[in-house]
Amino acid sequence: MHIIESGNVAAATGVKLSRAQVIAAYPITPQTPLTEKLSEFVESGEFEAEYIPVESEHSAMGVCIAASTAGARAFTATSANGLLYMSEQLHWAVGARLPLVMCVANRGIGAPWTVWNDQQDSMSQRDAGWIQLYANDHQQIIDTVIKAFLLAQTVSIPVMVCYDGYLLSHTYMPFDQPDQGDVDSFLPTFSPENFLNPEDPGNFNPVTLPDVRPGVDGKMEPGYIEIRHNLHHDLRSSIEVYGEIDSEYEEKFGRGGNPFIEKYKCEDAEFVAVCIGSLSYQLRDVIDIMRDSGTRVGVMGVQMYRPFPDEAIADALSGKKCVIVFEKALSYGNQGPLYGDIKSALYCSDDKPPIHNYILGLGGREIRTQHLLDALTDSCGSPETFGDTPRWIGLKL
Amino acid sequence: MKTEDFCKMISRGKPGPGDGGNTGSWRVLRPVINLELCIPVKTNKRACFNCWLYCPDSVVSKTIPPVINFDYCKGCGICAEECPVNAISMVDEATPIDEEK
Amino acid sequence: MWFPGNFRRHPPLDWAETLKKNIMEKKTTILNLTEEEFVHPGNRACSGCGLSIIYRIGLKALGRNTILVVPPSCLTVLQGLYPVASTQLPCVNVTFASTGAAATGVRGAMRALKKENVNVVAWAGDGGTADIGIQALSGACERGEDIIYICYDNEAYMNTGVQRSGTTPQGVLTTTTPIKGKLQEKKDVPAIIAAHGIGYVATASAAYPLDFYDKVKKATTLSGPRYIHVHTPCPPGWSFDSRYTIKVGKLAVKSGLFDLYEIENGEFKLTGESKRLVGKDKPPVNDYFNSQGRFKSLDEEMVKKVQAQVDAKWAGYDA
Repeated sequence: MHIIESGNVAAATGVKLSRAQVIAAYPITPQTPLTEKLSEFVESGEFEAEYIPVESEHSAMGVCIAASTAGARAFTATSANGLLYMSEQLHWAVGARLPLVMCVANRGIGAPWTVWNDQQDSMSQRDAGWIQLYANDHQQIIDTVIKAFLLAQTVSIPVMVCYDGYLLSHTYMPFDQPDQGDVDSFLPTFSPENFLNPEDPGNFNPVTLPDVRPGVDGKMEPGYIEIRHNLHHDLRSSIEVYGEIDSEYEEKFGRGGNPFIEKYKCEDAEFVAVCIGSLSYQLRDVIDIMRDSGTRVGVMGVQMYRPFPDEAIADALSGKKCVIVFEKALSYGNQGPLYGDIKSALYCSDDKPPIHNYILGLGGREIRTQHLLDALTDSCGSPETFGDTPRWIGLKL
Repeated sequence: MKTEDFCKMISRGKPGPGDGGNTGSWRVLRPVINLELCIPVKTNKRACFNCWLYCPDSVVSKTIPPVINFDYCKGCGICAEECPVNAISMVDEATPIDEEK
Repeated sequence: MWFPGNFRRHPPLDWAETLKKNIMEKKTTILNLTEEEFVHPGNRACSGCGLSIIYRIGLKALGRNTILVVPPSCLTVLQGLYPVASTQLPCVNVTFASTGAAATGVRGAMRALKKENVNVVAWAGDGGTADIGIQALSGACERGEDIIYICYDNEAYMNTGVQRSGTTPQGVLTTTTPIKGKLQEKKDVPAIIAAHGIGYVATASAAYPLDFYDKVKKATTLSGPRYIHVHTPCPPGWSFDSRYTIKVGKLAVKSGLFDLYEIENGEFKLTGESKRLVGKDKPPVNDYFNSQGRFKSLDEEMVKKVQAQVDAKWAGYDA
């Protein structure tokens, strides 16, 4: 069924279709309408779930962690400082291997306060161990949320579904809402092997030693480092798993096929612009303009940022004349996070392209098509004349 | 779908005694029950059992006579202090064990 | 080691009389208290640990159909290091500030999964309750979550080595109030929780485990948020010999400093030993202070001030 709704409502609808059982969230702009919609779904009886209006984001994730440990499918959503307030809990959820799904309506971080879009919030949590998926439009938001629940419970790792605040969260677009029956056959009930069970008691997440230690049955059990190694291993494997889940989804719903990166006019391109989120669709207009004037340029949106699909990215970018990375986030004092990751993905390539880094749109600064065109034209005109220092677009100094 | 088993490692402790090892080795003083004074023994009735109630480590049995599990008794002395008839004394751990009456 | 001079041996307890009286009041007695144990021996709690006593007794009252939520605290250590668990009940360890929220989440999952009649019990220390955890606890109380929250108050951050907490009494020496003692008064957490208007708030003491047992048992028969605050002597943190855990705890109650009470549906009543103290002479608070090393820096003026506060409080109770 096609409907026209906001990105937040697309996310809420995906959560409802995925039959989340426990939802806890705290309002924060621009995620708030998602929370409001879920509370409305639950209160109207349209959606059978426990909606818990907690007193903070830290508690929202606390509720989800405990509910998931007890065997329920749990969901939360947040933005910016809310995400940072639950940072400790993000790490906890990963270490406890809980299949949570969380939407992040990307917003800049204070101080100073900003409510507008950039991606510094989720980027700053990239090392927590969560799987990070980014959606570029409303259709991708709802589809990604549903896929995220299956991915999370397959690999027992929580998944963050990120989309640009306001640009996607508050704009209205048509999208197809999958049928409940189809989603039910795609996403099986959550029935974990380990959960809080009085009939089979266990102590979850206790202090774990630096070394291996025998259990009560004499069997040697892992230490902290083995458990963390296993997490990393499963996180890397989840790249392949997500590819399979995406294919399954495509087969059932007719949408997908680009689980890791979404390419536009990249095949014959000499130059490729790379970015995350809705910016990649805005860049398509710029690509078209430049193609009209004879520059063979394409754009690639990164949809899965953690685990980093480095093989797919290296395949797509090696041999190009120049790769231009546009970012709404910065590893302060260094360079854009995506830029650094792409550089390292290409390190082993025999045919490494020069890579440029542009920082733009922080705190919601308007990204003008002309600015993007100027930057791309500049980079394509002189691919060799760039250092590691990111260039800023649209600064008014 | 991939058949690989995920999440083979989580930190989930299984219930069992002796997480701290043989905590009886912590003892400096050992509780010794004088059965001639012990109320349940003297009266041969299920009575008193203060030593059982207050033991932080559940190492005293609720039996006649009460028996202390010295593998795990940490020697805190609460049982001796709370015994209403002073039937329990704390003796130096170096004292031979067969002195127990 | 410091050794108290003011403890006198009590005359032998007339256990037969106590038993008769307790049966009349339908109170749990030593004799009918279940022998089933839920905490394994050989755990890492310190010798003479007050928490160990109430944990052992509390779990007897809760029974097997219980899920525990535990933030970092001495209880984390007692619970055991992976892969051994010292508790025979399911337990989830959670982050320090999230206990109230995590208990909420477990209950939410129980409702969603249609699992009825499970006791969802948060068990936290005074730091995890009064300080870093108070926001999540307050939120859970305000939302009316169906959880039991037990705070064992050993009056400082013991697990990290005796630093001051919100519930450390005034004048107490801790490793972060090492010379003058804590300057501020103890935060009244049960009163803060009671101000949320929840149905059941009680205080208890590790020195009166049967009274605590009955309060936990009563809590399991009620619904909504239920809060029990337990005064819990700590031999190393309070600096007294481990054998005096019960004696020190009793003195806190008998001197009138720490009161045992219940606030049920807004109605306050003294219980157990505190109820028996109404209208009676009590030992001076200084006896309690002298029983521990942590009050060493108290001067006469402070002792007088505290005694006056206690006397004024009890004048109210007596009337």
